[in-house]
Amino acid sequence: MTAASELAGFDLEAPSVDMQASIGGRPVVSPVLTASGCSSFGQELDPFFDLASIGAVVTKSVQLRPRSGRATPRMAETPSGMINSIGLQGPGIEGLLADELPWLAARGAQAFVSIAGSRTEDFAELAERLRGAPGVLGLEVNISCPNVESRGEVFACNPDASAEVLAAVRAAADPAHPVYAKLTPDVTDIVSVARACADAGANGLSMINTLLGLVIDTDTMRPVLGGVTGGLSGPAVRPVALRCVWQVHQALPNVPILGMGGIRTGLDALQFVLAGAGAVSVGTAVFNDPSAPARIHAELAEALGERGFGRLADAIGYAHRAPEESSGRHGR
Amino acid sequence: MTDETSTGERVLPPVPGTVREKLGQPAPPPEHDPVQGLAVVVGSRPVSAYTELTLEAPDIADVAQPGQFVAFAVGGPTSAMLLRRSIAIAGVGGGRFSVVVSARAAGSTWLAGLRPGDEVDVVGPLGRPFPLPAPGTPALLVGGGYGAAALVGLGGLLRSRGHEVAAVVGAGDEARLCSVDELTEVAAPFVVTTDDGSVGRQGRVTGPVAELVSGAGVVYACGPMPMLEAVAGLATDRGVPSWVAVEESMACGIGVCMTCVLPVVGADGRSRFARSCVEGPVFAGDRVRFRDVGTLPPDVVGADAMGVAHTPAIEGETP
Repeated sequence: MTAASELAGFDLEAPSVDMQASIGGRPVVSPVLTASGCSSFGQELDPFFDLASIGAVVTKSVQLRPRSGRATPRMAETPSGMINSIGLQGPGIEGLLADELPWLAARGAQAFVSIAGSRTEDFAELAERLRGAPGVLGLEVNISCPNVESRGEVFACNPDASAEVLAAVRAAADPAHPVYAKLTPDVTDIVSVARACADAGANGLSMINTLLGLVIDTDTMRPVLGGVTGGLSGPAVRPVALRCVWQVHQALPNVPILGMGGIRTGLDALQFVLAGAGAVSVGTAVFNDPSAPARIHAELAEALGERGFGRLADAIGYAHRAPEESSGRHGR
Repeated sequence: MTDETSTGERVLPPVPGTVREKLGQPAPPPEHDPVQGLAVVVGSRPVSAYTELTLEAPDIADVAQPGQFVAFAVGGPTSAMLLRRSIAIAGVGGGRFSVVVSARAAGSTWLAGLRPGDEVDVVGPLGRPFPLPAPGTPALLVGGGYGAAALVGLGGLLRSRGHEVAAVVGAGDEARLCSVDELTEVAAPFVVTTDDGSVGRQGRVTGPVAELVSGAGVVYACGPMPMLEAVAGLATDRGVPSWVAVEESMACGIGVCMTCVLPVVGADGRSRFARSCVEGPVFAGDRVRFRDVGTLPPDVVGADAMGVAHTPAIEGETP
C-alpha cells in the first residue's frame, strides 16, 4: 500500500509559486480551506493531512444550543454529487469553545468558524461569544443553510435580511475577525444580496451554499430524505458556483471571495481563482478523498506554476481581463 | 464531541450469571488511526450471492481488529459516484484483508467487478472493534446475510484465546448465506437458518439464539437492523451483554458527514445521535434505541432546538 499523496505524483516541497492567501486581510498559508459542514471540526481529518498546512478548517455551523439534527435518512447520492439534510447537528457554542477550538489551536490549525441561527440576535451573540477565542481566523456567517425549519429562515434569500444579520455580526464580532457572509445560489440576483452584505460591513463573501434539491425513492415512491428536501453539493453544482463567483467579482471586484461548490481538483480550484476567488473551500470532495484539501493545494500550486504565475495573488480574477490581452502571453 | 470518546478504558462485560444493573459500556475507540491509499486486488471469488475480494494493504491488514471496516472509493478517479462504500473487514492475514461485497447498485457492482491486479482507493481500518470478553467467557456469534462476514475474524480470535464459540447465521435463502465455511471451523454448536428452509433450519435466527443465549456470556451480532434489535433484546432479557455492529448508510466512513447517525444511550444515560462510523459500528446492544432509528426522539440531546413537534415526516415543508 502506498500513500495516496505519493501515487498522485505530487511533491509538497516542489512548488515555487507563492501560495500565501488572505482571508479578509488576514494572511493564511494556503488558499485552500475545508468547507463548513463537510469536515466536522477537523479532528477526523487529522490522520490524513496536516491541518496546519491548509488555510483554515471551516468548522461546521454552530448555533447557541446543541442541536440533534434531523432524523435519518440524511443523504442520497446523486450524479456527481449528493443531497443532504443533516439539520446542523452540533454541540452548540459551549461545546465548540470548550472542546473543538482548543483542539484545533493546539494542532496549530486556524479555525474559520461558521455560525448559524434563526434570529439576528442569535448570530450577534455567537459572534460576541467568539471574541478572543483561541485560533479563530474569522467568522463565516451561514445565512443560507437550506435545512432549516422554513424557507423564511434563509436570510440570504433577501438582501435586507442578509444586511441586518451581517451588520449585527460585524458590530458584535472581535474586530480582528474578518466576517464573511455565506450566500445561497437559490436567488434571482445574487449580486444584490452580495452587495447588501458588503455594504452592511461584511469583509468577504463565501459562495456558494448548497442548492435546494429533492430525490424520490422509486421503490417506496416517497422522498428519500427524512427532511424531504436537502442541499445539493458536489461537482454537479460547480458551474453554478463558478457563475456566482464570476458575477459577484465582476460587480464587486474589491470584495474578497471564498469560492466553493464542487471543487475536486486543483484545476477546479484554479477556475474559482480565475473567476475572482481569493481562496477556496473543499467540501463534498472530502467524503470521496479525505486528503483532498492538501492534494488540491499541491495541484493548484502546480497548475499556477505551469501557467507562469509566480504568486497566487496574480491569478485572482484573471479570467476577467479584457479580451485583447488573451491573444498573447499574460503579462505580470 | 460525545462522552463516549473520552472513555479510554477497555471495559469487559461481567462474567456469566451476574446480574447487570447498568447498560453495557460504550465500545472503546480503535488503537490505530486510519490510513488512505491504493490497495491492489489480489483475489476475487464468488461466494454464493456475493463476491469476496482480497486486497493487499499491509497498513490496514496488519492493524485491523474484528468489527472494523474499510471505505472504498468506487468508479475510479473521475467517478460520478462520490460517496465511499463502507464494508466490514471479513478477514486479515499476510498483509491482506478480505471483504464480502453484495452487488446491489452501481457502486457495489463496480467493486464486485474488480479483478486481481486492479487498484482501488481505500481508507481503513475504520470504526470501533468488538471489545473482547474476559478470559473463559463463552461467546455466541449471530450473523444475518453478508453481516456474518464481520464475525469471521472475531470467531477465530476468540477461539485462539481459548473461548468457547457458538454461532448462528441466517439469511432469506441459501444463496444469501455468508461465511458458513469459515464459521463452521471455529464455532460449535453452529446453526444455519433460512427463511425459506432451503438449507438449515427454517425460520429466523431468533429461534436458535433463544436456545443458545443462556449458555453464552456475551453475544456478538452483525446483520440487518431488525435482526440486531431482536438478538440484542433476547440477550438483554437474559442478562447477557451484547455487542452489535450496525449497518447504517454512510457517505464518508470517517466521521465528517454526519449522515450515519442513530439514537444511542450515552455513558451519562442521555441519548444522542451517534455516528455509526466513529462511535460505532459496534455498540452495546442495550444502548441502541432500535425502535427509534429513522425518527427524531424528543429526548435526544439537541432535539429541543429542532422544533421537533413541528417536523413533518412526509407531508413536506412549507415552501
